[in-house]
Amino acid sequence: MPIQVLMPALSPTMEKGNLSKWLKKEGEAIKSGDVIAEIETDKATMEVEATDEGTLGKILIPEGTADVAVNTPIATILSDGESADDLGKATAPAKQQKAAESAPPAEAKAEAPASGGDEEKKAPAAPKATAEPDPEIPDGTEMVTMTIREALRDAMAEEMRRDADVFVMGEEVAEYQGAYKVTQGLLQEFGARRVIDTPITEHGFAGIGVGAAMAGLKPIVEFMTFNFAMQAMDQIINSAAKTLYMSGGQMGCSIVFRGPNGAAARVAAQHSQDYSAWYSQVPGLKVIAPYSAADYKGLLKAAIRDPNPVIFLENEMLYGHSGEVPKLDDYLIPIGKARIARSGGHVTIVSWSNGMSYALKAADELAKEGIEAEVIDLRTLRPMDTDTIIASVKKTGRAVTVEEGWQQNGVGAEIAARIMEHAFDYLDAPVGRVSGKDVPMPYAANLEKLALPSVAEVVAAAKAVCYR
Amino acid sequence: MAAAKKSVTKETGQDKGNGADTPPDFTREQELRALRDMLLIRRFEEKAGQLYGMGAIGGFCHLYIGQEAIVVGMQMALKQGDQVITGYRDHGHMLACGMDAKGVMAELTGRRGGYSKGKGGSMHMFSKEKNFFGGHGIVGAQVSLGTGLAFANRYRGNDFVSLAYFGDGASNQGQVYESFNMAELWKLPVVYIIENNRYAMGTSVTRSSAQTDFSKRGISFNIPGEQIDGMDVRAVKAAGDRAVAWCRAGKGPFILEMQTYRYRGHSMSDPAKYRTREEVDKVRHDQDPIEQVRNRLLAAKVSEQELKAIDAEVREIVNASADFAQNDPEPDASELYTDVYR
Repeated sequence: MPIQVLMPALSPTMEKGNLSKWLKKEGEAIKSGDVIAEIETDKATMEVEATDEGTLGKILIPEGTADVAVNTPIATILSDGESADDLGKATAPAKQQKAAESAPPAEAKAEAPASGGDEEKKAPAAPKATAEPDPEIPDGTEMVTMTIREALRDAMAEEMRRDADVFVMGEEVAEYQGAYKVTQGLLQEFGARRVIDTPITEHGFAGIGVGAAMAGLKPIVEFMTFNFAMQAMDQIINSAAKTLYMSGGQMGCSIVFRGPNGAAARVAAQHSQDYSAWYSQVPGLKVIAPYSAADYKGLLKAAIRDPNPVIFLENEMLYGHSGEVPKLDDYLIPIGKARIARSGGHVTIVSWSNGMSYALKAADELAKEGIEAEVIDLRTLRPMDTDTIIASVKKTGRAVTVEEGWQQNGVGAEIAARIMEHAFDYLDAPVGRVSGKDVPMPYAANLEKLALPSVAEVVAAAKAVCYR
Repeated sequence: MAAAKKSVTKETGQDKGNGADTPPDFTREQELRALRDMLLIRRFEEKAGQLYGMGAIGGFCHLYIGQEAIVVGMQMALKQGDQVITGYRDHGHMLACGMDAKGVMAELTGRRGGYSKGKGGSMHMFSKEKNFFGGHGIVGAQVSLGTGLAFANRYRGNDFVSLAYFGDGASNQGQVYESFNMAELWKLPVVYIIENNRYAMGTSVTRSSAQTDFSKRGISFNIPGEQIDGMDVRAVKAAGDRAVAWCRAGKGPFILEMQTYRYRGHSMSDPAKYRTREEVDKVRHDQDPIEQVRNRLLAAKVSEQELKAIDAEVREIVNASADFAQNDPEPDASELYTDVYR
């Protein structure tokens, strides 16, 4: 029976890819291990190897096709003795089963029910939010659609053009073009002196970055993920955050530590922690965790210019998301200013980073039931824009926080405390908290989904504080 | 303590060790400067110990007594613009860098005239003006930071060198080797000065270190190293000259193991039960860095009177610093919230 070749998942977060090239023609013999096609993901161009022997029967997705969903049949392979006449049979058997045989990288996903849907629920695409425009953008400014990954790259490139003291260092940032392609093209433009591949040595290169900053340079230190920055925690906190104070204001440290934070997809406990609460507890650090593409760009530029150490928490699930970014020569967003992403009068939902995905989608759901949620995107966790939260709560009388991190001593706990301190008399219900569950992140798809917040939980929490 | 210098350098091609067991003589001016600077540190530390006993200095206070030749000799090998960074036993380094004794002592007493306005204390002081980058309380952290200072020099294309001081204890921290690797990989101009005073707090090197020849700690990274008699300021200066020249020439990092001894405990609260009184007395008697210089000067017919004048000058500086440090007001309460951000 002909074997279907399915669009493989080539990374934990890949949902679709472009079929850029077929390297075998219909009718050509194929051995296991032959490269049959090239697929472009949002991170890289990858080769697809055949895992079966036979003849390439039919190409189902022509080269040049963009956005082919994972697990879509892209070709059929005929076994010995089969001919093109047998092709019709290929469509009959269950696709999921065949996926396991013919596309090993997709195996796990193929066996998990509705894996595509999973991803979507975990990181829902930005719903059409009735976003309030940022006041900083002049009327009539042209908007450019770009991915968050591109927005970050552009922010770094612009600041590196502007200031020769700015450089970027980290694992795979230069020749590999970034493990998540965020630093793509920087080596080509700025050269190896300013785009520096480090060994795998987080503690050491964080310290070198801080030392260079104490000497007056402005390093951007990329952690491949913030999970690995625990190795560097001492340098970040004891050296970067405290030196200005310990030196009586003499010696500071203008440095940005950036990289993906929190859960990606199916990478389990050691690669999925959200450090929002950890860093935002420390005086001397500024902590930024944006959601929209425009905020990623404007806030990273502001972070690089800031004379203090800044923790810039990105989210891998969002890297491929696109958004509109104002086409301005110098688009800066002030650190410490929240944004009202959606206006409403019934309940305030406060979130940041990928938590906004759940919050905005929940607001859509709630609207269908007549509850108008005001969604605040904190953007910066330290200094926290308490005023914006309090003003909203005074209006709505109800609040829910949404975060992917753990609940105990979480950022949501801090927000709830501030609301209690500053708007107790305005509250019509205790503040609700939606968070990651109190467990290390599990690997199994169903458990992972349960461990993260969900849109349904946000909806339920919002209704609960509205007593509905 | 091995007085003989040993080298593990393979390819430096410099004179290091062979025939250099007796370091080159100092000029009279160099001897006098070394004596004065070492005396200043010794008297300052003795005074700090006194003030600690009186309760004027709080917290931790780690004295440098016995190790003075290292910072003084190394400083003589530097030029304006070179940077210095060290750990928590830092008073001597600051004075050697030319920082004002008053500002250092007032920081020890937590007063507003201290180098950190009283907010840093003994282990956390800095001087941008004197290129002194701390004063770091986490053992080993200064090694990565000092490597970062060297990175900045290389990035800017200047020929300055950074000196990163650390002890035999810090030599066992992981980030030291992470730094060694990158420093050699990127040819960073940093001299790693391992002040081996034989005890990491209360643990002797033989109980804590698989390789007690610290000059060899860079071998697997191809970083040259030398073992130096850190009680002889001339040997220190000569080694400093070689190491700094190596770095300035763009050849990468260099390791100097300075064999030394601290006479006092690890900190003021250390009863020092891990070593004998006899051991301390023997080093004091046989190898004291200050007495070595004084004896050479006397042998060279410098008058007792001239030496006494130096003593008097140093005592006056130290006494003035102690007066200032006890009379300067504490920082204003409003300083609690300043200097967190800029």
